[in-house]
Amino acid sequence: MTTLTTKWRSGLLYAGVIAVVAYCLAPFYWMLVSSLRPTTDIFDTSLFPSVVSFDNYRAVFDPAQGFGRALLNSLVVAGITTVLALLLATFTAYAMARLEFRCKRLILTLIIATSMFPVVSIVVPLLKLFTDIGWINTYQAMIVPSMSFALPLAVWNLTTFFRQMPDELEHAAMVDGCTRGQAFRKVIIPLAAPGIFTTAIITFIAAWNEFLIALSMTNKPGMQTAPVAISKFTGATTYETPFGSQMAAGVLVTVPLVVMVLVFQRRIVAGLTAGAAK
Amino acid sequence: MADTKIPPAAPVGKREPSEPASRRRTRGRSRATAGSARMAALLVSPTLLVLTIVVLYPTLMALNESLYGTKGLDPETGFISATEPFVGLRNYADIFGEAGERFWNAFWNTTFFTVVTVALETLIGVAMALIMHKAFRGRGLVRAGILIPWAVPTAISGLLWRWIFNSDGIANALIGHQVLWTTEGFHAKVAVIVAEVWKTAPFIGLLVLAGLQVIPKEVYEAARIDGASPARQFWHITLPLVKPALLVAMLFRCMDALRMFDLPYILIGAQKHSVETLSMLAQNEASNVRFGPASAYSVLLFLYVFLVALAFVRLLGADLTGDVGAGGRKRKGSRIPALRRRTEVTT
Repeated sequence: MTTLTTKWRSGLLYAGVIAVVAYCLAPFYWMLVSSLRPTTDIFDTSLFPSVVSFDNYRAVFDPAQGFGRALLNSLVVAGITTVLALLLATFTAYAMARLEFRCKRLILTLIIATSMFPVVSIVVPLLKLFTDIGWINTYQAMIVPSMSFALPLAVWNLTTFFRQMPDELEHAAMVDGCTRGQAFRKVIIPLAAPGIFTTAIITFIAAWNEFLIALSMTNKPGMQTAPVAISKFTGATTYETPFGSQMAAGVLVTVPLVVMVLVFQRRIVAGLTAGAAK
Repeated sequence: MADTKIPPAAPVGKREPSEPASRRRTRGRSRATAGSARMAALLVSPTLLVLTIVVLYPTLMALNESLYGTKGLDPETGFISATEPFVGLRNYADIFGEAGERFWNAFWNTTFFTVVTVALETLIGVAMALIMHKAFRGRGLVRAGILIPWAVPTAISGLLWRWIFNSDGIANALIGHQVLWTTEGFHAKVAVIVAEVWKTAPFIGLLVLAGLQVIPKEVYEAARIDGASPARQFWHITLPLVKPALLVAMLFRCMDALRMFDLPYILIGAQKHSVETLSMLAQNEASNVRFGPASAYSVLLFLYVFLVALAFVRLLGADLTGDVGAGGRKRKGSRIPALRRRTEVTT
């Protein structure tokens, strides 16, 4: 009797697990399958492509689409944003986690509050400003507004990581004659490297996925980032949406992120949940 | 934000032990922090400076800009103006007039999307978390899978769902009849909600799972000995203890849903009445060089977001900053972190 109910229970649990995985992966799988269909049977709804074809991928890298350039733009914008945000955030987060000073709680609250800010509220005025000073279609016009969400995200994540490290580490270093600066550089930074790395990944993904800023600040195809470029892919005629190549490009933009996520899943989960559960 | 009151800057180096228990710092830290105020200023000011430039200054600019009209025919003088005329609060007043229809439509769309998506995400997310928490085998696989919707860029997920919801797409094939999902109408709202919930429910699941994992097993054992049914255990133990994690997750989702842009913009399109959100409206006005109204809309959206965040923090007690300045994890106190945090919030 009991074994039967436990069997039922574990069966139900596995069904639940499968449902969760299916829910998460099915749409992504559909993107992958559609991208591998030849253009002629793109509207096929079978679960596996009858013929695997890389036509769509070739179409993505057709020089007329300028997709290679868009990938490069994305890499530059997201990369520089991440590096700048991490650079500033490491110092600030260290102060937030380790030093005692006035208004600390208020300052951290303000920084976190900024990350919840509607991006459009800064895009509208900055669009006008950047139009006036001729910054439209430049990298800095995308990097500067991106700092508004990347920096708070990085500060918040890193503060949690630094807070998890025991105080005794620096105390020991300082007893051994290090200054606080040396303790930070020689003890804390190397030990916090995993945390810094995770924060970098999370920040990079956020910057890589940004759409509104990139859409507003560019009007030249050569300066668009990958998400904007893909959303503007054109088919042979105006009325034909090139779903095949859009799916292929979507796979290309997502796969690096998925690989990163799979490799570093443990750390990313720790980073994402750091703020919520202590 | 619930208690941003700063404890009176205790003289660094000799802290009285008579501080309220909830604010007690770990002992032995004070010496290390002597003279740290200047260093803190040095370390924190670059971030504050950058945020002032990229957030505060544009916000003030938007406030100022919202008081100006658009270039063009000046209705009072009849001349064509080369500069934007000062119109005072007219951009705001217009919301209550004829031009207000588009604003209120965007406002209700935004509110509708936020309420519906966050409610669905919370239900699905909590269910996912409970499943993942119970499952021992395959947990790594589930956790990897659950991160994938989060990692897919929103713009790409918009394209993906437009393909799924295409008139000849898989969604129609599955339900067996033709719905033109991406045309104007209520079904367009449904399409946006489905796509949004797919992408973000796993995120809530992840945060709730983290909250579940810190609940000690003993609590459940005690409840079982006392004869509590699984339903009662969930209602009286699990839910109260994951509430802090869940509230923070919901707050983040709300803030994110209120500024929704990418998904309806790509999935359905710009200037579509049934899915236009406030962000889309402001961006559309700005890209048509109507900076005055655009700024007014973005200021109103900002206020709306601010009020919702305030309501979360004040009414529900969502605590964002956690243990700031409170000595981190290893503090003595209640064995259940969530409980400890709850008492802190209410003080």
